[in-house]
Amino acid sequence: MPELKLTRRAFLIRSAVAGGGLLVGFHLPAATKLAAEPLVAPAGEQPVEVNAWIVIQPDDSVVIRVARSEMGQGIFTALPMLVAEELGCNWNRVRAEYALASVNLQRDNVYQSMSTGGSRSVRSSQELLRTAGAMARELLVAAAARRWGVPADDCQAENSVITHTPSGRTVGFGAVAAEAATLEPPQNVFLKEPDEWQLLGKPIPRLDVPDKIAGKPVFGADVEVPGMLHAAISACPVFGGRLKGFDAAAIEQRPGVVSVVALDAAVAVVAESWWQAQQALQALPVTWDEAGNGQVDDAQIRANLEAGLNVDDAVTMAEHGKPALAFQSAQRHIEATFYAPYLAHATMEPMTCTAAVHKDGRVEVWVPTQNATASLEAAARIAGVDPRQVEVHNTQLGGGFGRRGAYQDFVEQAVHIAKAVSRPVKLMWSREEDTQHDFYRPASMAHLKAALDGEGRLTGMVVRVSAPSILISLGRKADDGHDPLALQGLADTFYAVPNLRADYVLRRLHVPVGFWRSVNHSQNAYFREHFLDQVARATGQDPYAFRLDLLKEAPKQRAVLEAVAGYAGWGKPLPEKTWRGIAVETSYGSHCAQVAEVQVEDDGRFRLLRIVCAIDPGHVVNPDTITAQVESAITYGLAAALFGEITLRDGRVQQANFNDYPMLTLRQMPRVETYIVASGDFWGGVGEPPLPPVAPALCNALYAATGKPIHSLPLSAHGLRPA
Amino acid sequence: MLQLMVNGQKHELDIDPDTPLLWALRDHLHLRGTKYGCGIGLCGSCTVHVDDRAVRACLVTVSAVSGKAVTTIEGLGTGSQAVQQAWRELEVPQCGYCQPGMIMASVALLREKPSPSNDDIDAAITNICRCGTYNRVRQAILAAARKREASDA
Repeated sequence: MPELKLTRRAFLIRSAVAGGGLLVGFHLPAATKLAAEPLVAPAGEQPVEVNAWIVIQPDDSVVIRVARSEMGQGIFTALPMLVAEELGCNWNRVRAEYALASVNLQRDNVYQSMSTGGSRSVRSSQELLRTAGAMARELLVAAAARRWGVPADDCQAENSVITHTPSGRTVGFGAVAAEAATLEPPQNVFLKEPDEWQLLGKPIPRLDVPDKIAGKPVFGADVEVPGMLHAAISACPVFGGRLKGFDAAAIEQRPGVVSVVALDAAVAVVAESWWQAQQALQALPVTWDEAGNGQVDDAQIRANLEAGLNVDDAVTMAEHGKPALAFQSAQRHIEATFYAPYLAHATMEPMTCTAAVHKDGRVEVWVPTQNATASLEAAARIAGVDPRQVEVHNTQLGGGFGRRGAYQDFVEQAVHIAKAVSRPVKLMWSREEDTQHDFYRPASMAHLKAALDGEGRLTGMVVRVSAPSILISLGRKADDGHDPLALQGLADTFYAVPNLRADYVLRRLHVPVGFWRSVNHSQNAYFREHFLDQVARATGQDPYAFRLDLLKEAPKQRAVLEAVAGYAGWGKPLPEKTWRGIAVETSYGSHCAQVAEVQVEDDGRFRLLRIVCAIDPGHVVNPDTITAQVESAITYGLAAALFGEITLRDGRVQQANFNDYPMLTLRQMPRVETYIVASGDFWGGVGEPPLPPVAPALCNALYAATGKPIHSLPLSAHGLRPA
Repeated sequence: MLQLMVNGQKHELDIDPDTPLLWALRDHLHLRGTKYGCGIGLCGSCTVHVDDRAVRACLVTVSAVSGKAVTTIEGLGTGSQAVQQAWRELEVPQCGYCQPGMIMASVALLREKPSPSNDDIDAAITNICRCGTYNRVRQAILAAARKREASDA
């Protein structure tokens, strides 16, 4: 996902340096008064903000601010680790808290982007955070040295204590923090080399686990503010439609009901409790203007995508070599068409937001958001106030997966409703509303064609994707038919294909589309990797050896592929009815290869035995978090590959809840073996990269078992189901 | 007035007797560790104990549990320490939203079957987790069972 373009005054200068370490120059706006919620301090003593990221408490404990959202991926631990590594504080006394979007606005974007997506949190902010930690350390050391009248070079910080090495004198961070905050930050600091890291690279326990096993974290759904009412909402079941009318009198007498609020394309019932609101909403007679979309069904959508495969005006997103010539001179062509359906995010916590529009013009929202800045802007827009009048209180997120960032529809609705009833309101969507009003992973159809020479070598490939565009529908890209995301992994493939053309055909459909964990890599890796297995098998080649041959100039991808093949025992005999499939993908800065092992019965039922995964994320911040994210992305990807399908009838989504949009369960979950093969010379993401390989690895295993390629997902549509 | 016994405390509630226990807990008793996920008894995010058995709080009405002992994640006592400790050691939670339900289901399972087999776990833990904590949940249940056996021995 592209970064929000924002001006930034904080700048970063790199310099060539001697003596190890990365020298960085860095300007943090001068410490200003704490705008965050007051921190607890002993009487008479105050916590001190050394810079925007770091607050030192009088007792030497440290609060580290996190500007990205914790949605399970572990950044409430990983990002503080990056700061603490350089700060030299006692990790056991670190607490993480959210940085505020309002502060980011007031302080000229000191936190830079607050958008949490694209597996970007660590890789795009690691240098900023390490630098913030190093800057603060330098200030604390300088303050101690000044107090002692000694050179700062003779002092060092470790475990939240500064020591004057020659004399052995010590002072805690808390005792010098106030003075440190008044000093001019250094122009340049050195960052540690990886071999000097003490925290980074270690499986540090997550800071949020103790609360999460006790039911304590406050998710969006758990917010309670004084005088608050509850709202349930129903949006027009046909996308693009509008609210035409409703009969409020039919429900106004029901217990607890306070108000019925009309929105443009939705109606909300406000009541004393959510249950009352939801019950009343279900009983409310509503009529909708379906805007002419009330007839659209899945067959039409597929026909539309299929037509896209045959249009003459496709946009060529990548071309190299001479693909047309390659096909003319080829000994053999192999081609296939694939389809991947719409998918909902289905976060465990449905969309929710609490809003208060105060009489003095201030607006507050409490929201599980993947982008607090976007939430702030949405609230200001709907309330009609200056963005500086808005405070966003981030809560924990009951999952995100791309649903809660670029789209702030739930914030807009909550602010609208709170304004209408002049009371704070907590809006919560039912599961059904959540399933039927998502911004779906785009349905996509692809045609892949391979040219082969006499020895079965791949000499050319022509790929065409026919699908709606997320970026164009969001207005983030000119509506010119180009979408660089639509061909992720196809236009920019790492395989050595000497002649390649990758075309995109934009389709305009009425179903809202959005960023879904790993975005278009999720469909495109399935298309490409499953197709390569078809090519390999058609030419009598082993799928692993066939790939290796195409990866001669891609050492990182080759390394993860070799690693996973080794750990999975590729090529070794398997028990009866057991089959393997392999796949590899590079996405969001990391390389990931997987082998799926399945046991297939004659009736098409199968057991997922294990997924072996090798991932190269470059540098490793927290290996246990990486392992957990591999398990997570595999679970998410498997649920989609096995059952995931949002279909349309009468312009409406047919699925509503977990009975008809099923999830993977514990019983079906395969063993996952994760191997982190970190090459250590780059910073890659981990939230998404393990997802794209799982569907093709599984499809390739089933293909090996049955000899039948799988031309569309989910597998359940082909009678292929886990036992 | 409905009488509810939750986490050892008596409450009197003046609400519709058909209100699901989940919403009575969350919106009336302010016990928000019990989560809403689907409202149709499938996801298990709302799992609580009623007289020590795992129950999906979205499917039972407050009137049906009146006079029975309801336990939520907030009221789990010392009997669950092994489970929560295993959860902590194995770093099970990710987003954490489904975890109270997972823990409640696991504690109930271990109460019934102190040494559960993998099949027992498959059958008892039908809760949905979108983050993919399943394998760690399984390992944590087995670890908690071992820990209890060791301390009982």
